[in-house]
Amino acid sequence: MSQNQNLFNKVWDLHSVGTLQSGQTQLFIGQHLIHEVTSPQAFEMLRERQLTVLHPERTLATVDHIIPTQNQARPFLDVLAEDMMSAIEKNCREFGIELLDLDDKRQGIVHVVGPELGLTQPGLTMACGDSHTSTHGAFGAIAFGIGTSQVAYVMATQTLAMMRPKVRKIEVNGELAPGVFAKDVTLYIIQKLGVQGGVGYAYEYAGTTFDSMSMEERMTVCNMAIEGGARCGYINPDQTTVDYLRGRPLCPQGAEFDRAAEWWLSLASGPDAEFDDVVVFDAADIEPTVTWGITPAQSLGVSQLIPSVASYDASEHTLIREALQYMGLDEGQSIEGTKIDVAFVGSCTNSRISDLREAAAIARGRHVADGVKALVVPGSQQVAKQAEEEGLDKIFTEAGFQWRAAGCSMCLAMNPDKLQGREVCASSSNRNFKGRQGSPTGRTLLMSPAMVVAAAISGSVTDVRKMLEPALV
Amino acid sequence: MQNVETVSGTGIPLLLDDIDTDRIIPARFLRCVTFDGIGEHAFEDDRQQDPNHPFNQARFQNSGILVSGRNFGCGSSREHAPQSLMRWGIKAVVAESFAEIFFGNCTALGIPAVCASREGITRLGAVIDADPTLELTLDLNALTLRYGEESVAVTMPDSARSALTTGLWDSLAQLLARKEDIAATAARLPYLNNYAAS
Ligand code: SF4
Repeated sequence: MSQNQNLFNKVWDLHSVGTLQSGQTQLFIGQHLIHEVTSPQAFEMLRERQLTVLHPERTLATVDHIIPTQNQARPFLDVLAEDMMSAIEKNCREFGIELLDLDDKRQGIVHVVGPELGLTQPGLTMACGDSHTSTHGAFGAIAFGIGTSQVAYVMATQTLAMMRPKVRKIEVNGELAPGVFAKDVTLYIIQKLGVQGGVGYAYEYAGTTFDSMSMEERMTVCNMAIEGGARCGYINPDQTTVDYLRGRPLCPQGAEFDRAAEWWLSLASGPDAEFDDVVVFDAADIEPTVTWGITPAQSLGVSQLIPSVASYDASEHTLIREALQYMGLDEGQSIEGTKIDVAFVGSCTNSRISDLREAAAIARGRHVADGVKALVVPGSQQVAKQAEEEGLDKIFTEAGFQWRAAGCSMCLAMNPDKLQGREVCASSSNRNFKGRQGSPTGRTLLMSPAMVVAAAISGSVTDVRKMLEPALV
Repeated sequence: MQNVETVSGTGIPLLLDDIDTDRIIPARFLRCVTFDGIGEHAFEDDRQQDPNHPFNQARFQNSGILVSGRNFGCGSSREHAPQSLMRWGIKAVVAESFAEIFFGNCTALGIPAVCASREGITRLGAVIDADPTLELTLDLNALTLRYGEESVAVTMPDSARSALTTGLWDSLAQLLARKEDIAATAARLPYLNNYAAS
């Protein structure tokens, strides 16, 4: 491996099977993850073509998108959801794939369970029929979200046909101020570079801000690489990565772990690594960030005013006006004080134990405002168990939040958890697209879990920094 | 697989930027185990809120070439999005730019997704609006979208273009053909070999 190669290119070259006639690389996929929504048609394709799964042992299935978070009795009340459940159960049985089903204590959102089981490791290529597969990049894995046809390709051949993207290093340096979290960093980057700024790129997140983040914080950052248009995002493996993985059930153990760790660390982009582009930001410029519009780039610091239409490039005016109209907001208006109806802490962006601790720290001893419906949906059964052991569930329920079972829930509202009408939701998820949370006219404000709780308690968007313990400010 | 070199049809303009996959096919219609019937739900929520949405207008009901703005298909990886457009009747998409996963999904289904300049998109929108029966022809060899005596230049990455024009857009057969190379790659990956190779 050449000294000046970045991690992305090292891992890509190692997994390159060859070049296809189209000029695309045939790329070996080290780990495939599947779930109930984007896999049934892929299994059907295999059946039609009489193919089998080449490496069932390199494929793991879970159920997350359609799981009800209240009444989980089978058969589900939603007949269509029940069909999808039976389909993945039958398909996994027939094709010999391990399934973390509802009765498995390891079940949860696919991007939460992979890392917590130690399946996600540095140097892997990974694929999943879900765009937020970029989450796994937090470990220095190269992880791609793919469509259903590609899910079938990976099952049949353990490979994908892909063009090598360029690599952009996004450097953020400095310490985050109290009340500013990984979610704010990732929203800030998208705001600065735009929702299509990353098209054609893999993002390497580097700099002291990411160096000092925990693995869970790094996952939040990489999770939203896709919202910035990037094909994937990653952070170089370091001692934090190794320490997180040591002892996890699906990681190598003993002497093999030490050999693995040595290899993992050797993959990191060195000081002389070359990039196609470099962008640098300062952590001191980032404050708690909230979206005001209908794309994840339409965001602002909570103390700022919604920008005027005129401040955008002329080519964006139609879109900005459409967003303001849909959201019922005006240019020049403060985002702080915007009334909310629903508060959602959850999703593969922010449903891990550290997210719930951060949320509970704000909820403790306070109460959700009258008329606000507030939900906490842990990312996995293991996260739920850990939170219950720490008493976080009690803090939430005493504060007036509903404590639910693990799943995607109101991130995309394929289960019964949905917005009604034009409700406004303060959400720790990753997409504020029109209709994303289950009501065609519902409105979403993306923010960190702590900010969601602050909004739930005040009944409107609030700067969480006003609610921090005085000692921390 | 069939070679896709030219696609002809009438146009349907949807001249907005950042059309995401949740708008193309809202998540509730993903509760299905086949793609059958998904075409009728294309843009369902947008259509309900806007009676004038192009997908509602009688004059565009038989259109095959969708014209849109920047960053078309951003958001989720759901193949349900191009599947619903395809099953609604769309055979090609012309936009200022595309989100990558959506673009790849289109190619895998044999649907050309080509880019044109903002100026070209605006011009196409105007001519289609003026005459919805106007026949457009997307020519992937010439990289043009022709109508009447005129044409708009389009672009497409070479790999996708040649995959379509040579009929290799369903890459499964090619991927399957290299069993030995796949095994050789697996044999050199440290994590598949107890990290002994490192
Ligand atoms: S939590 Fe949301 S973004 Fe994450 S996998 Fe589930 S639906 Fe997708």
